[in-house]
Amino acid sequence: MVKKTGVYICTGCDIGDSLDIAALSKVATKEGKVPVCKSHAFFCGTEGSALIKSDIENEGVNTVVIAACSPRVNYDVFDFGPSIIMERTNLREQITWCHPANDEDTQMMAEDSLRMTLAKVKQVELTEPYQGENMVETILVVGGGLTGITAALEGAKAGYKTVLVEKSPVLGGWMNGLFKQAPQKSPYTTPEEVDVDRIKEVEAHPDVKVYVGAEIQEIAGAPGMFDVTINQNGTIITERIGSVILATGAVPYDPTKLDHLGYGKFDNVITGQKMEELASKGKLVRPDGKEVQSIAFIQCAGSRDSEHLPYCSATCCVESLKQATYLQEQNPEATVYIFYKDIRTPGQYERLYKQVQKDGGIFVKGDITAINEDDEKNLIIQAADVLSGAVISSESIDMVVLATGMVPTTAFGENLIVETVSCDTDKKDSEPTEAVILKSNLLNLAYRQGPEMPTLKYGFPDSHFICFPYETRRTGIYAAGSVRAPMDEISAIEDATGATMKAIQCIELSAQGSAVHPRVGDMSFPDFAMQRCTQCKRCTVECPFGSINEDEKFNPIPNHTRCRRCGICMGACPERIISFKNYSVPMIGNMIKAIEVPEEDEEKPRILIFACENDAYPALDMTGINRLSYNAWVRVIPVRCLGSLNIVWIADAMSQGIDGILLLGCKHGEDYQCHFIQGSELAEVRLGKVAETLGRLDLESDRVRMEQVNITDYDKIPAILDSFSDRLQELGPNPYKGF
Amino acid sequence: MAHKSILVVGGGVSGITAAIEASEAGSEVYLVEQKSYLGGKVAQIYQYFPKLCPPNCGLEINFKRIKQNPKISIFTLAEVETIEGKEGDFTVTVKSNASRVNQNCTACGKCAEVCPVERSNEFNYGLDNTKAIYKAHEFAFPMKYSIDDKVCLGAECGKCVEACKYDAIELDMATKSLKLNVGAIIWATGWDAYDASKVAYYGYSQHQNVITNVIMERLAAPNGPTRGKIVRPSDGKAVESIAFVQCAGSRDENHLAYCSGVCCMASLKQATYVKEQNPDAKVYMFYIDVRAMGKHEDFYTKVQNELTLIKGKVGEITEDPITKDLTVLVENQVTGEIMKDKFDMVVLATGMVPATAGLKLPVELSYDEDGFIATDSKQPGIYGAGCVKKPMDVASSVKDATAAALKAIQSTVRR
Repeated sequence: MVKKTGVYICTGCDIGDSLDIAALSKVATKEGKVPVCKSHAFFCGTEGSALIKSDIENEGVNTVVIAACSPRVNYDVFDFGPSIIMERTNLREQITWCHPANDEDTQMMAEDSLRMTLAKVKQVELTEPYQGENMVETILVVGGGLTGITAALEGAKAGYKTVLVEKSPVLGGWMNGLFKQAPQKSPYTTPEEVDVDRIKEVEAHPDVKVYVGAEIQEIAGAPGMFDVTINQNGTIITERIGSVILATGAVPYDPTKLDHLGYGKFDNVITGQKMEELASKGKLVRPDGKEVQSIAFIQCAGSRDSEHLPYCSATCCVESLKQATYLQEQNPEATVYIFYKDIRTPGQYERLYKQVQKDGGIFVKGDITAINEDDEKNLIIQAADVLSGAVISSESIDMVVLATGMVPTTAFGENLIVETVSCDTDKKDSEPTEAVILKSNLLNLAYRQGPEMPTLKYGFPDSHFICFPYETRRTGIYAAGSVRAPMDEISAIEDATGATMKAIQCIELSAQGSAVHPRVGDMSFPDFAMQRCTQCKRCTVECPFGSINEDEKFNPIPNHTRCRRCGICMGACPERIISFKNYSVPMIGNMIKAIEVPEEDEEKPRILIFACENDAYPALDMTGINRLSYNAWVRVIPVRCLGSLNIVWIADAMSQGIDGILLLGCKHGEDYQCHFIQGSELAEVRLGKVAETLGRLDLESDRVRMEQVNITDYDKIPAILDSFSDRLQELGPNPYKGF
Repeated sequence: MAHKSILVVGGGVSGITAAIEASEAGSEVYLVEQKSYLGGKVAQIYQYFPKLCPPNCGLEINFKRIKQNPKISIFTLAEVETIEGKEGDFTVTVKSNASRVNQNCTACGKCAEVCPVERSNEFNYGLDNTKAIYKAHEFAFPMKYSIDDKVCLGAECGKCVEACKYDAIELDMATKSLKLNVGAIIWATGWDAYDASKVAYYGYSQHQNVITNVIMERLAAPNGPTRGKIVRPSDGKAVESIAFVQCAGSRDENHLAYCSGVCCMASLKQATYVKEQNPDAKVYMFYIDVRAMGKHEDFYTKVQNELTLIKGKVGEITEDPITKDLTVLVENQVTGEIMKDKFDMVVLATGMVPATAGLKLPVELSYDEDGFIATDSKQPGIYGAGCVKKPMDVASSVKDATAAALKAIQSTVRR
């Protein structure tokens, strides 16, 4: 497309009063040779926006630069549709609101800012959405327990075909082993019949295809176009799938590891699972035929224990209380003990707790010190009773039930050490965190990055985001239910439904060529100039979403519907062969070149900031909104993610005489906040390597600094900039100025 | 997939999520919010547990999702008046209250500079003031000013009208009413903090330095009334000793019979706020059970050494009339001793009351005895999401809202 650029400089909101608009216009018309350049006091008003629209319609302007407020506001007014290239220059929040009016440095800042935008739009092209081949809308659900059944059913009810694959010969999972389920409605005091209707409903639904006795042999491809091989009792079936829900659940913690609680030693120490089985048979009797008159539940059998499961399994308190009612109902005279650390009955389950208390349950807060058996195979429990302070010994108890915790099915299998970024520095802490993938034989992904979902702590493949619990590191594959986190039945049903929503969304967005969360609506995708590829594998290794495969010669094979458009591959590529139509290495390079670097004797250093557009950039805006003033030497380039930072930009900036470079990105490490998982961390790793390059140029490595800032750290930004500027003053000017 | 629109009522984290999730799958969504901004209670929180990260970060991403999505229409300062019809075909009347500031507003702030009237700032629970024309908070989305008509002097003052270069202020703006036709409704009006003054023996609203957990969030927030300094309301003194009193209303037959599910984690988190500012501060937490579900246990394990945990239900809080120091009376259930400890400040971990306990839907719907929308509600096409269903934390609310979005889509495609 032949571009005709219009630059629209708003003079409202103090901009006109603090800047020399005529001089700024000259940057566009004289330097940039832009054919149309207008100013107006209120471009976001009716008249102002009509002026721009009229230029688009009548003057053939197809590339619009709005030099006004931040792109965070007036996004709707300045939306001219998909056929117009539009870029914003942030004069208001980041320049006039935080720098002195009618000041030479403020003016220079504004002019550079416009130059940078003009350099950018020269290279921006309109995006054309990626269209996959033979895309389908079918959802695959792996695991046929409560979560899987719910997911398949909810998807089908929304009009999507679903394929449900269950390993065992019947659907139902743990539901099949239950006598009753925990109450799911008010008043939450009495257990309910197990919801077997749900199983029948899914089996009868015309849009759900059920494979029992079946396992996933392989999942290859990408959202909208997964080819799934299912092995059903030896028969191979293939299905074309749009997106996947992992609902393989959890298993109880291995009770044989709990011999200190008498399991395996004493016949009448059983697990909660066994208790359900006994209760299903009617009257609770022991294997030796003795009717159970007294029972003790041992909570946190394995859970909340650093030697076993450090986490709380979240359902065991409610499950034990439910089982307590089994006996209380059969035999109101029976003695029920519950040994606990904390009774955890959140929300309305408090009422179940109260009910069991009311019906005579005896609650002992304390650690079990020993369990012994008497001659009649009754059990005597010794516990350090926290409430009385004494070590107490129980009377003889007929049966002990261990409330064993949950272990996700993804926590089993050989640990596959995924190849991570090779890091030459010795500093261990500068290496990115390894993704843990266990060969748990659930999905068998034909991915270069490993066959299963990467897991976080304790083997759960859950999201690390509080705001985005369905964030996934394998696009189009969503974990749900107790495989994702320990949860009760109500939560599993909600979780299954929510994950199905995400699976549907992924199908719809992939079909349009759009990115999924968090860049929904982004139609750009990375283009690989393969003739220049050196097969270094950085892109495949560094992509946090495992979106790139490799052929046998290690050439990258992108999968665009798996791609999240963060640009981390673009940042990783040493040959700079990866570009987006509206975001590329040369584009940012030209923005850097557009910055006018004053001669050394002018004593006006320049600091280039690469700011993560999700957090650091809004934080810079907030600095302006709060009218906090900061260093006027800075020039800001927003990046999709700091992980998209290509180190050639640092060389570009340094060779141009820019004195210092500051990377502002999200927190990384265990509590990382980077929306692209590892982006900010990878930027830091790359920075470690820059030192060497700088050294070769005889430049000090601390001319480049990275700071972790979050969106609310705006009040700290002025000090961060001052401290960096002070350091640069000490180092003196960049010797490459003027070259 | 052509189907009917979805109405989402409530623009807190549940409502925002439900609206975005449904619209990103292709549905047209109307989002109605009573306040002038989206984000609800989450916007008032300083940090989330267990990551101690700022909620504005996630809100910013969500607002970005809204900004690029033409399928979502937002109505702020609006309320649902009537709901008629049935699943697949509801007619809803929405009353749009006059903000007295129109779309021209650029949020430049010149109006507030000249406004002569102050009002109590409810965003900061009345701990500071704003002008009568105000931006709800600095991250407010949409970023527009609005006028509090209860205190605005009106046309006879008119200073803001004069100051505004953009004709954004219409002091005579009228309330509007509009009718929407939708296939499904998601009710996500959230929760209110239990009125702590009802637990009379804790002295809230009598003792100045007894505050609630929701107020603590504003005190700790850098954009709060004290710019993030945790100080006593009575004298502005930095807090050196503090007590968190759990279950202030919750798990109590006389108040809220249920557990509010989030307060244990919230107090543990707030303990870190205090410790961050003053590592030597004396921090106590009085609890019945510490409920840190699932992997939250890690956070509990991590912060345990930062504070003194005492199992015991606090019986009474008294105030020294001169120093305004507080004495907490409690029976330590571990040692059996009666403790009488003095603190600079006490934070009551007040529970969650569903918004539906007060304001019911203008349509027949079943509620449980606590006012939560019943899980077996017999009104097809209307779905609760988030804390109107049961007490839940942010991640659970988001999960639940995502689920509600799918249920709503089902109602719109059902023939």
